[in-house]
Amino acid sequence: MEQYELWKTLIREGADVTFWQEFYVKFYQAFIEGDRWKQYLNGVGTTLLVTAMALGIGIVLGIVVAMIRTAHDQQRANLLSNTQRLKVMLGKMKGTIPKDKKILFRNPLLGLLNLICKVYVTVIRGTPMMVQLLIMGFVIFSFSREYTMIGALTLGINSGAYVAEIIRGGLMSLDPGQMEAGRSLGLNYIDTMRFIVIPQAFKAILPSLGNEFIILLKDTSLITVIGGKELVYAAQAIYGRTYEQMFPLIGIACVYLVLVIIFSWLVGILERRLRQSDRR
Amino acid sequence: MIDVKNLTKSFGDLLVLNNISEHIYPGEKIVILGPSGSGKSTFLRCLNQMETPTEGTITFDGMEVTDPKVNIDAIRQKMGMVFQHFNLFPNMTIKKNITLAPVRTGLMTQAEADETAMQLLRRVGLEEKADAYPAQLSGGQKQRIAIVRALAMNPKVMLFDEPTSALDPEMVGEVLNVMKELAAEGMTMVVVTHEMGFAREVGSRILFMDEGKIVEQGTPDEVFNHPQNPRLQDFLSKVL
Repeated sequence: MEQYELWKTLIREGADVTFWQEFYVKFYQAFIEGDRWKQYLNGVGTTLLVTAMALGIGIVLGIVVAMIRTAHDQQRANLLSNTQRLKVMLGKMKGTIPKDKKILFRNPLLGLLNLICKVYVTVIRGTPMMVQLLIMGFVIFSFSREYTMIGALTLGINSGAYVAEIIRGGLMSLDPGQMEAGRSLGLNYIDTMRFIVIPQAFKAILPSLGNEFIILLKDTSLITVIGGKELVYAAQAIYGRTYEQMFPLIGIACVYLVLVIIFSWLVGILERRLRQSDRR
Repeated sequence: MIDVKNLTKSFGDLLVLNNISEHIYPGEKIVILGPSGSGKSTFLRCLNQMETPTEGTITFDGMEVTDPKVNIDAIRQKMGMVFQHFNLFPNMTIKKNITLAPVRTGLMTQAEADETAMQLLRRVGLEEKADAYPAQLSGGQKQRIAIVRALAMNPKVMLFDEPTSALDPEMVGEVLNVMKELAAEGMTMVVVTHEMGFAREVGSRILFMDEGKIVEQGTPDEVFNHPQNPRLQDFLSKVL
């Protein structure tokens, strides 16, 4: 403490100081003076909170979208699409198609939902994350000052599109024989999905899902642009006062790195646990 | 028991089943033979709506299977199916594989299903595998489990879709033996197979299919020893 004040004065007066003295002063300034570490800690808290919330929103959205898309694509292949409905109606009116002929179409509601999901995935994947954040923060929710919550919502919506595609890939990659076997036993679609398809698909997609969540964790840093008070915000606030950027930035980089390492480790444990049935 | 009327199935422009009408009586052991691409598997898979027919009706025990509004799950509970590639659920133990459907469909309680599973496993000599996972089993064992899994639902008819085609030759016997026992107990069976010995020994009626039609049928003796249709004669000369 006294040493810090002493060396700081020396540096300010332009005296020759050793590398370690300068290091100590800058470190102290960045993390300890005025209990600044508490600001970082609050930042980490917000980062984790935003990640958790976005994760929740992303998973729920992703599952819903993936279910709609797969249910739509897995409809019986010989059903006519809804665009052909008009043609058949005309045919029946003209008499080229017998009036009492049973013709089955795909579910129109599912078709509409599928279209909405497709648009959602296309728009979200086709625009930059930061632009989405700026639009949400300054256009759609310009009346609100809950920047952290808006950030979490935006990240969740963004993540949902990617998670949906990951889940859809997992569901499609599974041997169709599994669904057939379940249905041939008299299980309904929901039960077959729940007990047979989803558990296997989940195991298959876990690595990509883990990857997506790591990206999400790091993307929380972007909510600074709309004023979300997370880790980057804390670092910016501090170097805005000390004019010393290196220590706060390297510091938060280390924090992100540690968080990601812990997260990857947890995913690894889960993966190993799910591999139980592969033992030979 | 199963009544098929004017069954037609096409995949796009490809006509796989061409206006088939056939009746399967209780207790019959139907064996379907034919060259590959003749529509045998598709015919079998239409019976429990794994494939949706393009035209025609199928009735099972008075219920129209092909009616889009029918409760197809209830019908499938009474029609067991065994697949070429076993299709056991790799994420569950053997016991869970067998008990899942009876419990979820409300046919049995977990305790009843467990007991049924153990009885059936004992019958095929695999009771020590109850807690193993499918990945730990040989092909023949997997197929025997798949048969047991279908039997656990107490089906009225069993459909076999080339049950031995994906097996090592030395494992074919153990699966056929289970099927023979099942036949001896009076189960109604529809079997698509390339095992001529099995067809001759177990089949009560042989259907020979070619190009989406049943071109000849009869008892094993008629079909194997006195084939009439030139296509069947040609087929038999190649496989026997």
